Amino acid sequence: MNKKAVIICRCEDVTLQDIHDLLEQGYTSFEEIKRILRVGMGPCQGNTCGQLVQREISKYLKIKLEDVKTQKVRPLTTGVKLNSIKEGAKNES
Amino acid sequence: MISKDLVIIGGGPAGLCAARMAAEAGQSAILIDRNAKLGGQLIKQTHMFFGSEKQYAKTRGIDIAKKLLDDVGSYPELIEVWEDATVVGLYPDKVITVLKQEKYLKIQAKAIIVATGASEKVLAFENNDLPGIYGAGAVQTLMNVYGVKPGNKIIMVGSGNIGLIVSYQLMQAGVEVVSLVEASPNIGGYKVHAAKLRRYGVEINTSCTIKKAIGKEAVEKVVTIKLDENWNEIPGTEKTYEVDAICIAVGLTPLTSLLSMIGCEMKYISELGGLVPVTNKYHETSIDNIYVCGDSSGIEEASSAIVEGYLTGLIASSKLGKKHPKFAELVDDFQSQLENLRNGPFGAKIRQGLKKLGGSVDA
Repeated sequence: MNKKAVIICRCEDVTLQDIHDLLEQGYTSFEEIKRILRVGMGPCQGNTCGQLVQREISKYLKIKLEDVKTQKVRPLTTGVKLNSIKEGAKNES
Repeated sequence: MISKDLVIIGGGPAGLCAARMAAEAGQSAILIDRNAKLGGQLIKQTHMFFGSEKQYAKTRGIDIAKKLLDDVGSYPELIEVWEDATVVGLYPDKVITVLKQEKYLKIQAKAIIVATGASEKVLAFENNDLPGIYGAGAVQTLMNVYGVKPGNKIIMVGSGNIGLIVSYQLMQAGVEVVSLVEASPNIGGYKVHAAKLRRYGVEINTSCTIKKAIGKEAVEKVVTIKLDENWNEIPGTEKTYEVDAICIAVGLTPLTSLLSMIGCEMKYISELGGLVPVTNKYHETSIDNIYVCGDSSGIEEASSAIVEGYLTGLIASSKLGKKHPKFAELVDDFQSQLENLRNGPFGAKIRQGLKKLGGSVDA
């Protein structure tokens, strides 16, 4: 299989090869992998790649999928223009 | 900041039904949906539903959506609908941030019902980013909402009810379904749907998966491969088909990011589709007055989402002080409807998942 042609995270263009390289280096949690490759940090916030990365971690560590720690989810769920937030704050007071 | 006692996030079957019951109980609410049109996935379901009359069996999904919308529409003084509005943040003090046509708005709620539904699972195979590769939801949107053919020759991956039904809809739209592959040894969906496809000459290949897509600018071919009992590929069993589209229908996973971000206790339950919030039997999460219903609490059929929505709407309103005149009677009715829906062999997986979640069968 050409792992470079398997896209795991479409938003940030991360391939299966990228994920496997990091797993080999000992980065075996979503949070670590996210910080290096930005998986799950694009417009869809991990809705697509989340389960694929979890699966790769579970296969690599030979643990059950439900035992793989999931990523921390933070606001916002999608991109918001700074101007929208600024305008919103104006109406606050 | 806008103040509203009850906010319902998601205007699919679960959210619509929650809104209706809240209104019946006299509870006002804001119902928020990110799409331009309420109804969720129902608006693209052209087939008639199974089940009992109570959950609109023998009615087409799109007509069920109309019915549920009419129900909510009959309480304009109580239910405020925000369309084209995306909830972007949920905070522990029950502040909701919403992006509504470029406007960033905040709502202070007392109770929140999360009915955000599900997202589709995807597959990792070679060239899985080629144009022409769709999720089944996108195929249904194109065909059934916009009247656009997604391709001329397509392969379907996944034999759950969605894979089976969408295959048939593709054929109705004049698309050739060259094959339907299923990784497991058994067909996942109802036999009656599978039998219909077979009668129309569609081959169904179990223990078979997609190995890779081939194409330059878009999908031109697809290679499938057989799997052994341990899900390993069997070399030499590759088969190549000429297609211009691939449809992925390998299941759904609950859309729970809002619940995760506010700090609800979550559990990974594969039978329910992935990460789901832990709930009590009143659909309340580990956080007081934060409720969940429909697919975002675990993947089931739309009929279950409808009943869960009614139930959750009743309970959330009652806790806010607006008790439906027929509260006890309705709660019993909805609980037993859910039990019925989860009975039988097709409910086994859901029953097992709910048991893992915390032993409550009406979660």
